[in-house]
Amino acid sequence: MKKICLVVVGLYIHLFAAFSQTIDSSNYKSRKLKIEEVNFVSSYYHQDGDNSAVLGGIGTEKLSDYANNFEVKLNNYDKRKRKREWDLNIGIDYYTSASSDSIDPHTVSSPSHEDLRFYPSIAHVITNEDKGITAAFTGYFSIESDYESYGLSGSISKTSKDKSREFTTKAQAYLDRVKIILPIEFRTPETGGLYGAPNEHDYPWKPRNSFSTSFTLSQIINQRFQLMGLLDLVYQDGFLSLPFHRVYLKDGTEKTELLPSSRFKVPIGIRANYFLGDRFIIRAYYRYYRDDWGLIAHTADIETPIKITPFFSISPFYRFYTQTAIRYFAPYMAHLPTDEYYSSNYDLSSFNSHFFGIGFRTIPPKGVLGIRQINMLELRYGHYITTNTLYSNVISLNVRFK
Amino acid sequence: MILLKIMRIPITVIITTLAIYSCTPVKEYQKSRLNDGEMELSSRQVQKTEQNFQSYREGASGANGGKTGGGCGCN
Repeated sequence: MKKICLVVVGLYIHLFAAFSQTIDSSNYKSRKLKIEEVNFVSSYYHQDGDNSAVLGGIGTEKLSDYANNFEVKLNNYDKRKRKREWDLNIGIDYYTSASSDSIDPHTVSSPSHEDLRFYPSIAHVITNEDKGITAAFTGYFSIESDYESYGLSGSISKTSKDKSREFTTKAQAYLDRVKIILPIEFRTPETGGLYGAPNEHDYPWKPRNSFSTSFTLSQIINQRFQLMGLLDLVYQDGFLSLPFHRVYLKDGTEKTELLPSSRFKVPIGIRANYFLGDRFIIRAYYRYYRDDWGLIAHTADIETPIKITPFFSISPFYRFYTQTAIRYFAPYMAHLPTDEYYSSNYDLSSFNSHFFGIGFRTIPPKGVLGIRQINMLELRYGHYITTNTLYSNVISLNVRFK
Repeated sequence: MILLKIMRIPITVIITTLAIYSCTPVKEYQKSRLNDGEMELSSRQVQKTEQNFQSYREGASGANGGKTGGGCGCN
């Protein structure tokens, strides 16, 4: 009898335990700021060509750029259970440029001019996961020897209830200034940079402002296919030329580049990603661009990642680009003295380009080289050729830590 | 040809609208392929320098998540 009572009491207690409160950890959201991931991207870029804008459309375009970018992403949740992310980014580029020697050939003793560009940015992103709304605010700064930039942007995104569609709108403003460093033959006591003058090392600055509104719409089509449409509306005003670009006219005289003080650009693009079979992915992109300087451009890009294993993929890619010239472009000694605006910068001429290469990506589950914190390693090489003699090579490395 | 030029924007809008409305709903557990890192709709981090040199060396920029203009002495 005692044993039966004890068994019944034991069963009763056990029944209570089944309905007792347990700690539900599935909805726990940390309010402590933690590092989500760290990215380090490093690249080496080298180019050459025969149409230097500094020399009026002729001469070497040799340039090397060592670019480094360090990004830290932190996040936490606030009292209202909204996800807050901080994205800190620091970029440092060191570049050497043979043609920049020719701005003032008397000052430089080494074969190439050099400069350093420092460009940090900070972004704050707030996501209400229940409502599917994300707001982001970003501040940018960039400085190099002849250019300073201060930028600000704000964006808002809305995801549909079934999370198959997302619409984002973004507004961005850059308030920049250009240091007016003229070629040596154009310098006067008023322009700065003239040897022996009191303002030898003082150069004036001119403003350049850029304002843009962007819209993106992404849509999941089915389990293997998703699309994104992108539209930007961009307006620039201020000093839109570069002061050290020479222009040689038909009559043998020489001027510095002069372009209109405003520019309106409309690029529109579409991205499509499709997962073919179990190992192949097709990433395609097309952009149509038009501006009020007369430039029309088409860009078409295809990349086909092949998943050799679930943790290693190879991605060959090819990009085709074509543009018409702006209406103010003419080659060396082709501009008329009566032209209102003039440039011999071949970046604004009519040309086609091909960019092709290959990328390798590894995300081993136990970490790269067995180091758990190194989550991903990606290496990418590309070769770029144009129909106006410019060619370049770029190799980039991305290491991600988690 | 001229008709094609005039009609290309309306044709693009119609195709895009049809594509959006022909979508099949995808549940979270069916998104294993869509969530693959290679399927991200944005550019890769490793492409930063490529986008930068393209904005310097080409007249067109924007509509790719990168620079639209400003921030550098580029086009």
